[in-house]
Amino acid sequence: MKRIFRLFGLALATSAIISCTPGGANGNSSSSSKKSAAEKAYVAPGEYDEYYGFLSGGFSGQVYAYGFPSARLLKILPVFSQDPQSGYGYSEETKPMLETSYGFIPWDDLHHPDISQTNGELDGRWVFANANNTPRIARISLTDFETQEIIEIPNSAGNHNSAFVTENTEYVVAGTRFGVPIPQKDMPIKDYKGNFQASTSFISVDQETGAMDLAFQIRLPGFNYDLAHPGRDKSHGWMFFTTYNTEEAHTLLEVNSAERDKDFITAINWKKAEEYIKEGKGKIEKAKYAHNVFDSQTHTATSTMKDEVLVLDPAELPGIVYFIPSAKSPHGVDVDPTGEYIVSNGKLSANVVVHSFSKIKEAIDNENFVDEVYGIPILDFDETLAGIVEQPGIGPLHTEFDERGNAYTTFFISSEIVKWDVKTQEILDRHDVYYSPGHLSIPGGNSRKPDGKYLLSMNKITKDRYLPVGPEMNQPGQLFDISGDKMEMILDFPMIGEPHYASMIHADKIKDKSRKIYRLSSENDHERVVKSSKDVRIERDGKNVHVYMGMIRSHFNPDNIEGIKMGDKVHFHITNMEQDFDIPHGFAVMGANNSELLIVPGQTKTLVWEPQDVGIYPFYCTDFCSALHQEMQGYIRVSPEDSDIELSWSLDDDVHTN
Amino acid sequence: MKKAGILMIIGSALLLGLFFFPLWHIHLIAPQYPEGLGMNIHIYDIEGVEEFDLANIDMLNHYIGMKTIPKAHEMWEFTVFPIVVGGMAAIGIILGFLGFLKKINPKAFLGWLITMGVLGLLGMYDFNQWLLDYGTDLDPNASIRLLDADGNPMTYKPPLIGHVKLLNFDVDSWPHTGAYLMFVGLILVFLAYLIGIKKYKKV
Repeated sequence: MKRIFRLFGLALATSAIISCTPGGANGNSSSSSKKSAAEKAYVAPGEYDEYYGFLSGGFSGQVYAYGFPSARLLKILPVFSQDPQSGYGYSEETKPMLETSYGFIPWDDLHHPDISQTNGELDGRWVFANANNTPRIARISLTDFETQEIIEIPNSAGNHNSAFVTENTEYVVAGTRFGVPIPQKDMPIKDYKGNFQASTSFISVDQETGAMDLAFQIRLPGFNYDLAHPGRDKSHGWMFFTTYNTEEAHTLLEVNSAERDKDFITAINWKKAEEYIKEGKGKIEKAKYAHNVFDSQTHTATSTMKDEVLVLDPAELPGIVYFIPSAKSPHGVDVDPTGEYIVSNGKLSANVVVHSFSKIKEAIDNENFVDEVYGIPILDFDETLAGIVEQPGIGPLHTEFDERGNAYTTFFISSEIVKWDVKTQEILDRHDVYYSPGHLSIPGGNSRKPDGKYLLSMNKITKDRYLPVGPEMNQPGQLFDISGDKMEMILDFPMIGEPHYASMIHADKIKDKSRKIYRLSSENDHERVVKSSKDVRIERDGKNVHVYMGMIRSHFNPDNIEGIKMGDKVHFHITNMEQDFDIPHGFAVMGANNSELLIVPGQTKTLVWEPQDVGIYPFYCTDFCSALHQEMQGYIRVSPEDSDIELSWSLDDDVHTN
Repeated sequence: MKKAGILMIIGSALLLGLFFFPLWHIHLIAPQYPEGLGMNIHIYDIEGVEEFDLANIDMLNHYIGMKTIPKAHEMWEFTVFPIVVGGMAAIGIILGFLGFLKKINPKAFLGWLITMGVLGLLGMYDFNQWLLDYGTDLDPNASIRLLDADGNPMTYKPPLIGHVKLLNFDVDSWPHTGAYLMFVGLILVFLAYLIGIKKYKKV
């Protein structure tokens, strides 16, 4: 009898081991293979998704928070673009967020969101994202789900290889896609070669507050730096950039930058750069760039213009920068979770090249250089090679990893995703996508700790995938279950804008710290807050009229305003006095030339309104807040400039004047 | 009699739990409030379960014209109840101590219990009167004025104990930790009396 029990116990133990083997690591993958695709992507009403995904909007300038595997859109997060819905970039509090050295910019092209990390693991504190067109980096809080900081990057053009995060969020990297004269000057474009330059920027991050600072820049030759990936684990301390147009062509790049058979991976030893900085090396240069910070305590952003940057010249400071010849015109460069394998996705090459970090290190230590360019050593291609994925597909762009030693690469031209073994470079599986994938994303797939259950392919071409909606269509996102040996497509959905990259993370790392309200008593230090009806008032300061208004179910206080005159500039400082989760109120006034305001409980926002004509103008709540939402409205009276009507405000019978 | 005295001390001391735990708890759940809103009724105050629950209950109730939930200083009960409960506990403990020293007839325990029972019933009656007033004395200008099935103006009295459906809300009203401690205390006092009287008769 005892023996039977023992056998039974053994059987239990064995089944436990089986269910813990790779592929079954997520617990339900053994059952998942039996589930249909629809069941795998289905999240029942009222249930939560297992992962958050932060998808970039590309030319929409926004980030989208999705839930996966259902691909339900949870929220639109305005970052580099004005958002008339929330009033971001229109309200007086948030206008400074979009200030730059070129003035106010209402738009940008947002490419690569990346979640902060601790010890190489996604930690869910912040999402960083880059502006490609007018180089900037933004930081989005994952407590408030709002953009809290934007820093402009000087001495750069086309901040594409950004905003990737080192494994303890020491730095966020920014770069230069377009070589430009540094500092900018008037000169013939044909004199590009040798005269244009590039910068990579290392933006430090305060671990408590997330506050960013442009710590230093490394001045580079005027090649085109495309994408970046921080070293992980053993290669922590290094940053890798794909580098094309090493020909330094300035026109018809599609031919002239594709002459050479190999381009570079630029390897930057930022720890070495830090050592030089400690020794006082590097030069302070003049540079003008904006630094915009939103204070979630005062609910107000400020923009400061900075004027200096610390610059390191790798030609004078050896050991910081090396060029590694790599696949032709590489697009993505991706480092595996161990930090050993550096995958170069040569978009014009037929193979995927895998470099070995230990070999790179050895070649550098032995000073095994084949040449140098602009004073920067070039390593030998063969000496750095770990292997080549032979004939994997056409047009490799990006690679992400799972925790089981597999890599997944998108092929734009052959429109597929290929799974291969990182160590042996053996191809394991392939799956078509529809059509032409750009980036792909696996939760933690660019970190030391991937969570390889799902893979999102973000495709560039839609064609016949969905009901037609005219010539311009949303781009397709396709979700795979990758927990088994074979990739299985489980969902196909249209995305917004052009998602270039997405950063996905397990929901447990974020959901419980998501903010519900701002406590009026302790979390709103706005200088024009209304904390109780006693604070409600109107003050005239010349032509500027400041209305201190409160809103609570289901009225504005005040809701009748008289004594506004033509030529006045009316500042509505409005506080949502609710202290209840999910009771936002909106504010819109007829004839406003900017936007509405959507104000969450405990928050204060300001809209400026300049009446264009005398008359009575209604304002109302735009968010269906309560059963009496439709009654939540008011009037403002605008009189001629020479009128002697006194400023007054009221709610019901409670009339006030100054 | 020693045993009875100890039980009497413990039993009446359990009343002091009312200073630390709520006496009663009213919980409201609605489609818009899946996690619910709750108020804990203490002998000295009414508190929200979550920080803003009371404010949000008031916010919703103003549509149907209910008064706001009273603050501690707005009801005499919140001053008197602590004195009564504290006083009864003190008297009970003293009685128990005297019992322990065998200087008292255990009938005094029964006397204490009956007094406490009467006071408790009065308290419940008073509480119910307040609930009645709170749920029926409505602002005639309230924005939502409904009629019940019989055509009478709808009222919103929360139940003294149990569950009732009021408009979109499921309202539950039940004793809380403080009350349960008190009930256990009263049983202990009754046991003290039974044990005490047995020993007392023997002697």
